[in-house]
Amino acid sequence: MTVLIGQLFTGVSIGAVLLLIALGLALTFGQMGVINMAHGEFIMAGAYTTYVLQQTISAAGWSLLVALPVAFVVAGAMGVLLEFLLIRRLYARPLDTLLVTWGVSLILQQLARDIFGSPNVQTRAPDLLTGNIALPGGITVANNRLFILALAASAVVALTVALRVTPLGRRIRAVVQNRDLAAVSGIATARVDRMTFFIGSGLAGIAGVALTLLGPIGPTMGTNLIIDAFLVVVVGGIGQLKGTVIVAFALGVLQASGEYLTTLSVAKVMVFIAIVAFLQWRPQGMFTLRTRSLA
Amino acid sequence: MTTVARDPVTAADPEPPPTKPAAGPSRHRFRAAVGFAFGAALLFAVAPLMLSDFRLSLLAKYLCVAMVAVGIGLAWGRGGMLALGQGVFFGLGGYAMAMHLKLADAGPGNMPDFMLLYGQLDELPLWWRPFASPWFALPATVLLPMAVAFVLGSLVFRRRVRGAYFAILSQALAAAMVILLIGQQGTTGGTNGLTDIQGFFGYDLDDPVNQRMVYFIIAGTLLALLALTRHLMQSRYGELLVAVRDSEERVRFLGYDPATVKLVAYVVAAGMAGLAGALFVPAVGIISPALIGIVPSIEFVIGVAIGGRATLLGPVLGAVAVAWARTALSERFPGTWTYLQGLLFVVVVAFLPGGLASLIGLARRRDREPADADPPAGLFARLRRRREAA
Repeated sequence: MTVLIGQLFTGVSIGAVLLLIALGLALTFGQMGVINMAHGEFIMAGAYTTYVLQQTISAAGWSLLVALPVAFVVAGAMGVLLEFLLIRRLYARPLDTLLVTWGVSLILQQLARDIFGSPNVQTRAPDLLTGNIALPGGITVANNRLFILALAASAVVALTVALRVTPLGRRIRAVVQNRDLAAVSGIATARVDRMTFFIGSGLAGIAGVALTLLGPIGPTMGTNLIIDAFLVVVVGGIGQLKGTVIVAFALGVLQASGEYLTTLSVAKVMVFIAIVAFLQWRPQGMFTLRTRSLA
Repeated sequence: MTTVARDPVTAADPEPPPTKPAAGPSRHRFRAAVGFAFGAALLFAVAPLMLSDFRLSLLAKYLCVAMVAVGIGLAWGRGGMLALGQGVFFGLGGYAMAMHLKLADAGPGNMPDFMLLYGQLDELPLWWRPFASPWFALPATVLLPMAVAFVLGSLVFRRRVRGAYFAILSQALAAAMVILLIGQQGTTGGTNGLTDIQGFFGYDLDDPVNQRMVYFIIAGTLLALLALTRHLMQSRYGELLVAVRDSEERVRFLGYDPATVKLVAYVVAAGMAGLAGALFVPAVGIISPALIGIVPSIEFVIGVAIGGRATLLGPVLGAVAVAWARTALSERFPGTWTYLQGLLFVVVVAFLPGGLASLIGLARRRDREPADADPPAGLFARLRRRREAA
């Protein structure tokens, strides 16, 4: 029983990481239909932001707290720049967007290599987040995992509230549901696109901050994350957030239990097979916006 | 979604204008034959005479990449399926060949050197055993990738998973395969892959004469694949494939099954990638996860994009040019090459989607189809008439 709950928590914490890295994509890919392969590099930018801030603010706790908003703005600004320079010219060609943003991600990786060097760098975690908490029943939970879980949960809540309540959120939803109608109703769709991209990319920056608590920061860290993040959004279904949340945790638990029963590599393959099987059942993902389009 | 798709049902499809008799099929065929002979002369006579043994073996490697590119050109340029995981099929072919050669190097009854090195196994794993026979291993280099592509493709295309979804799934397949290979180090060689391959069906691969022979095999195979691809593109199936790329729903309404049409192109492309992987092994002497993962898989695509994705020769020339530029530049300025590669992706795909071939196309628009244009005039009308006649 203890093992089961322990594995469940491992799964949930893997899921929380998946959720954080996929949340921004749920917005840019899910809501806008843009395939941004440089999203992983925005995560990397967030991680390096944390690293740079820790060089200036030596108190690990404060630098982490400051890093959250700063990384959001840094990654968001990179996203807006990318949207403005390239992506808005390619809205009608999603597959080409994929290749173009892959090129951008190559350039960003090399930039990181030139600025910070090829070897990985590491940040110090604040003391508060290094220990474990013992829960009743003999289960220990790592503090940093708990922090990431809380961060993921608050990011989802904040994003949901922003989309539901704020005027910007209303405009974003309007553009997703019917771009032409939104445009004739007086919404500046291009500006809404840019803001959506800012928030989605900014969330990648937040994910980057969280990942510094789990491992080293390196120029290629984004490549390893981007596929997982896309799979979460694809399986979750585009156009809304709840699918992304459910699927992130489901894949996390699946991978944790697969890892427990077999090995890491077999678990990864199992997850892939499960995804292909799932898409047989629901090719559009778990939840979809119903539209009348044929494509 | 901002995709401004034409309504597939009502969009006007002009009847083909009466074609000039000058550009008849026989003239096309004659020009293709001349081009083919020219290419063969270049590969079989000029290159071996002009290039040193070292350069020739590099060219052999590039031509393997070009074989993968021909398949991607068919699947992506003509079929609209952005296959980002061709490294998987390249790897399946390569590993099948390398397993056989490793077993042949070790001699009958012995285990390959790396298995003894890791020392986890007492005897050859069961799934290695069939590869001892060339009669199993050689067909497997092509049939194994085709089988995997068939399974994945038929699952995915029948459920109408397409576009970006398909691209991401195919990329995830590459990621999964690499993780699996690295994880099973005892039986696959892990990160190192299968290295240090000495012999090729009794011929010593260190001997330059035999390297030359491998080059000739590769060049001949590439020419054969090009002939096959040209035949496919010119056939009725080729027209159907382009139609599916441009408007899958319209093709469905005409009574064809787009899933089958796409599946054929995907499986053929996988077979070409497998063959390329199999020939890559004797040419280079190694196959490893680093050659087949996400990054190399997407690098196969860039050559195709640069050369012209929907043309026959564009992918070949693009792939060879990119591979050559990579070797030339990354030796001297490793960082610069990554920047250049990134820029190539951005500039070519965003601003020149037809690739360099479209520049030639602009110059010779009169007697050539545009490299990557809208459906050829009257394509759907032609398909409809055929369907009604049948």
